[in-house]
Amino acid sequence: MTHFKLFENNEISRMSHVMMSPSRQSNLELAYSLSTYSVIGAFCTEDNVPQCLLHINQELASLGLPVCIEASSPEGANLNAVPVLNAVYELLQIHRRDMCTLEEMEKEQMKKSSSLDLIQMTNSRLKDQLELSIREKSGLYETERQLQLKLKTLQRCLKGEKDEVQKLQSIIASRASQYSHDAKRKEREAAKLKERLSQLLIDRKDKKLAIDVLNNLGRSDGKRSQWRTTKATASHEGEMYKFLLCDYEESQKSLVLENAELKKVLQQMKKEMMHILSPCQPSSRGATADEELAESDEDEKTRDSSRDTLDQSCEHAREQLTNSIRLQWRKLRNHVEKLDNQASQVLHQMESNKDMIPFETHQDEMERMRHEVQQCKEFIHAQQQLLQQQLSTSFDDETAALLYDCYTLEEKERLKEEWRLFEEQKRNFEKERRNFTEAAIRLGREKQAFEEDRAAWFKNHFLNMTPFTNRRRCSSSDGQSSLSIISEPEIRMSVKAHKAKASTYTTFSTPKSSRSTAAPSTTDLYRTLRLIPDCSSSMHSNQVWQESSTNGDEDIRIKSKSRGLHCSDLDIFALGEDDSLT
Amino acid sequence: MNFSELFKQSNQLCKVSPDGKYLATCVQYRLVVRDVSTLQILHLYTCLDQVSHMEWSSDSLFILCAMYKRGLIQVWSLEQPDWHCKIDEGSIGLVSSRWSPDGRHILNTTEFHLRVTVWSLCTKAVSYMKYPKACQKGIDFSKDGGYMALAERRDCKDYVSIFVCEDWHLLRNFETETQDLSGLEWSPNGCVLAVWDSCLEYKVLLYSLDGRLLSTYSAYEWSLGVKCVSWSPSSQFLAIGSYDEKVRILNHITWGKIAQFEHPASIDNTKAEGNFVLSVPELPHPDEICAPPIQIPVVKPDPDRANPKIGVSVLAFSSDSRYLASRNDNMATAVWVWDMQKMSLEAVLEQTAAVRCFQWDPRHPRLALCTGNSKLYLWSPRGCVSVQVPAEGGFQVQSLSWHCSGDFLILLGKDQLCLCYMDAEQEENTSCRHCENV
Repeated sequence: MTHFKLFENNEISRMSHVMMSPSRQSNLELAYSLSTYSVIGAFCTEDNVPQCLLHINQELASLGLPVCIEASSPEGANLNAVPVLNAVYELLQIHRRDMCTLEEMEKEQMKKSSSLDLIQMTNSRLKDQLELSIREKSGLYETERQLQLKLKTLQRCLKGEKDEVQKLQSIIASRASQYSHDAKRKEREAAKLKERLSQLLIDRKDKKLAIDVLNNLGRSDGKRSQWRTTKATASHEGEMYKFLLCDYEESQKSLVLENAELKKVLQQMKKEMMHILSPCQPSSRGATADEELAESDEDEKTRDSSRDTLDQSCEHAREQLTNSIRLQWRKLRNHVEKLDNQASQVLHQMESNKDMIPFETHQDEMERMRHEVQQCKEFIHAQQQLLQQQLSTSFDDETAALLYDCYTLEEKERLKEEWRLFEEQKRNFEKERRNFTEAAIRLGREKQAFEEDRAAWFKNHFLNMTPFTNRRRCSSSDGQSSLSIISEPEIRMSVKAHKAKASTYTTFSTPKSSRSTAAPSTTDLYRTLRLIPDCSSSMHSNQVWQESSTNGDEDIRIKSKSRGLHCSDLDIFALGEDDSLT
Repeated sequence: MNFSELFKQSNQLCKVSPDGKYLATCVQYRLVVRDVSTLQILHLYTCLDQVSHMEWSSDSLFILCAMYKRGLIQVWSLEQPDWHCKIDEGSIGLVSSRWSPDGRHILNTTEFHLRVTVWSLCTKAVSYMKYPKACQKGIDFSKDGGYMALAERRDCKDYVSIFVCEDWHLLRNFETETQDLSGLEWSPNGCVLAVWDSCLEYKVLLYSLDGRLLSTYSAYEWSLGVKCVSWSPSSQFLAIGSYDEKVRILNHITWGKIAQFEHPASIDNTKAEGNFVLSVPELPHPDEICAPPIQIPVVKPDPDRANPKIGVSVLAFSSDSRYLASRNDNMATAVWVWDMQKMSLEAVLEQTAAVRCFQWDPRHPRLALCTGNSKLYLWSPRGCVSVQVPAEGGFQVQSLSWHCSGDFLILLGKDQLCLCYMDAEQEENTSCRHCENV
C-alpha cells in the first residue's frame, strides 16, 4: 500500500474514468470502493488534507458542481459534512447517470454490433447470390448468342430455300410458258392443216406439182449420172469411212507431232534446268548431298537419252520424263527461292546496288532461256510445217514411208553429188575421146594425103631425076648412105640446129631452103614426136597439121611420115613415128 | 473507205455469187444481176410473184428465186438468159427452198413440213424425204458438199438421216437422244455432226459421220438451255451459247469444256484481266476507250413470255478461229469479242442502240457491225472505226454481209442497199485510238 502514495493526479483521474458494465456496478463499486478506499486512503493522509481538499474542490468545479468543501477547522482533518455529502450525493448522481448512459450505450452498442453482424451476414449472402446470378446471366447470354447464331443460319437457309423455290418457280414458269407457246404453235399449225385439208377436200382441183424446164442441165462435175446399185452404195460406205479415217489420221499425226515437239521442249527444259542446277550445286551448302544428286542426274541423263533413242511413245518413258521434269523444276524452284532469300537478306544488310546485279543477271538468264526456248519452238514449228508440206505432197504411202527415212535422204544427197561428179568426168572423158578420135581421123586423112603426096612427089622426082642426083638418090636408097645422110639432117634436126648443111636442101628446091626458116620449132617437132607431153596434144597437133597443110607440101613431107629416098629427115620421122602411127 | 450509190432492194434479198463476181438483188418481183466491180446491170429477170427467198447455186451459174406464197420456184441461168425453169409445188405449198451443194438439185420443204422434195435439174426426177422436222435448223450440208444431215421426227422420237449428196443415197439413219431436237450442224471438216436439243433441256450431242455417238454435253438441268451453237472454222472448238448468259467452249479432242465465257453486267479489273472496254457513243468525237470497271445496260426480259430475250443468241468465229464474237440478248447494245488463244475477253463493243447485225471479214480478223442507224462500225485488234454512210435521205443500216474477198461490205437498209469498199491501208490509218490488249 505504500506504493500508492506516489500516485499522480493523472493516474487518479484515469482510474476514475474506467468504464464498467452496469450489472457489475455494484460489485465493482464495492471492489472499486475497496480498491479506491485503499487508493483514497493513499490519496489523502493526515498530512495533505488541505491539498487534497483543494484538489477535490478543483475537480468538483471542473465537473460543474458548485459545492465547495471546506474544512471544519483549519488544522483538523475534519470536514464540513453537508457540502461533502452534497458533493458525494451529486457525484453519486452523476455516477448513476453515467452508469445509465453507459448501460444504454452498451445496449446500443450490442444492438448495433448484432445488427452489424446481421448486415454483414446478409451482405456476404447477397454477394454470393450476386455472383451466382452474374454467372447465370453470362450463361444465359451465351445461350442467347448461340441461339441468335442458329437463328441467323436458319434464316439464311430459309432465304436460300426461298431463293431456290423462287428459281424453281421461275424455271417452271418459263418452261410452262415455253410449253404453252409450243402447244399453241402446234395447235395453230394443226388448225392450218385442218383448214388446208378441208380446203383440198372442197377444192378437188388438185394442182399437180410439176417442173417445167427448158432443157436438162448437165451435171456440175460433167460426169454422167449413174444407176444406184449395191456397188455404188458400198462405195459410198467405203468413201465415208475413208474420209473419216483420213480425218482421224490427220488429227493423230498433228497430235503426234505436237507431242513430239512438247516432249522435245520438255527434254530441253530438263537439260537446261539440270545445267542450271549443276554448276550452282558445289557452291551451295550441303555440297555432298548435291553432288550425289548431280551424279544421279547424270545417270538419269544417260539413261533417258538411251531410252529416248529406243522408244519415245513408251508410257513408262513418258512418266519418267514428266517425273524428272517435276523433280528438276522443284529443285530449280527451291534454288531460286533460296537465291531470292539470300538476295533479299543481303539487300536488307547492305543498301548498295551491287546486289541487284546477280538478280538481274538471273533475270537475263531466264529471259535468254525463254528466248532460246521460243526460238527452238519456232524452229520446230517451221520444221513441222515443212514436214507437213512434204507429207501433203506425197501421194503414195510407200514413197511417203521411204521419204520418212532420213538416212536414205542423206545417202541420196551424197549419191546425187557423186553422180554429178561422175557425170562431169564422163563428159570430160567423152570430150577427150571425141577429140582423140577426131585427131586420129584427121591423122589418118593426113596420112593418106601424105601418101598421095609422097607418091606424087616420087613420081615427080622420078621423072625429074638427073643422072647425078640419081646416083645420089640411089646411093641414098641403101641403108648406109641413108645413115651418112642421116647425120646431116640429124644435125639439122638436133637441138643445136645446125644450118650449115643448107646446101643439101638446095638440091631439092629453093622454096624448101626458104622454108627451112619457116620450119617448125623444135618444141613442135618434139611434141609431134611425142617427146614432150602435151595435154592438148591432139588439139595442138591438129593445129600443127593445119599449119603444115597451109605451109605447103614440103612441110608435110617434113612432118608426116615418109619412107622417102630423099633427105633422110623424113626417114628420121619415119623411124621415129613408125611404131606409133602405123 | 468508199461508198457506192444506193440501189433498190426488197426483202433484204441481196447476195454475192460464191465466186465473188456478181451481185444479185431482188426488187419486188424482179431479179437484178450486177457485176461486182462495175455495178453495171448484167441481167434482169422477171419472176411471177414477189420473191421471198433468193439463192445462188454453188457454181455461180444459176439463181433460185422462191415465191413461198405461190409455191413456186424459178431458176435463172447466167450463161443462158433464155433458159428458164419453173417448179410448182402445187397444192402442197412451200415453206423453204434451197440448192444442193452440187448446184443441180433443189430441195423444197413443203408446208407443214410434210416432206422434203428433191428436184433434179439434170434429170427432172423427183425424190422425197419423209418426216422432216420443223425446227430451228433441220437441214445442213457438210462444207465440202458431200453429205447432208436431215432431222426427222417419227413416233415422237427424233432421228437424223445422213444422205450422200451425189446420188441422195441414205447413208445412215439413227435415233438421237434428244427430247426435242432443235438443230444440227456439221463441223467444217465434215466429220462430226453437232446436234442440240430445244431450250427446255440443255443437251448437245456429237455424232461421227458414220452415226456413232461420240459425246454428250449437258451443262445444267431444268433451266432454259442452248440458244445457239457455232463451230470454229478450224473445227477445233464448238461454242455453245445458252440462256444462262454464258458461252461454253468444247474442244474437239476430248469434247469436254475447256472454257466458259460469262457476260456480267459490270466488268471490273479482276474479271476482265485488264482488258479495255470500247464505248462507241453517237457523237461527233471519236470513239472512247474506257477502262474498267464498266457497267453495261441490262434490259430484263419479260418472265412470262416464251423465248425470253436473255442469253447468248449469236456467236461468230473469225475466219482464223482466233476471235469469237458473242451477243447477250439482255445486253443487246454490247458485242463481246473473246480471244481464243488466251481464252479471255478481248474487247467489249458497246453501242448506243441494240446491235442488229455483226459479221466477221472472211479473210482478216475484222468485225463489222451495225445498229440500225446510219453508221457502220468496224473493229479489229489494232483499232476501230465508225463510219457514217454518206447517203441523202438517211440510210439506216439494218444488216450487212461481207464479200468473200473481204474487200467490201454490202449494207442493207429497209429497201435500199449500199456497197462499202475497204481501203487497203485502212488497217494502218484508223481514225480513233487503238484498243490496248494486255
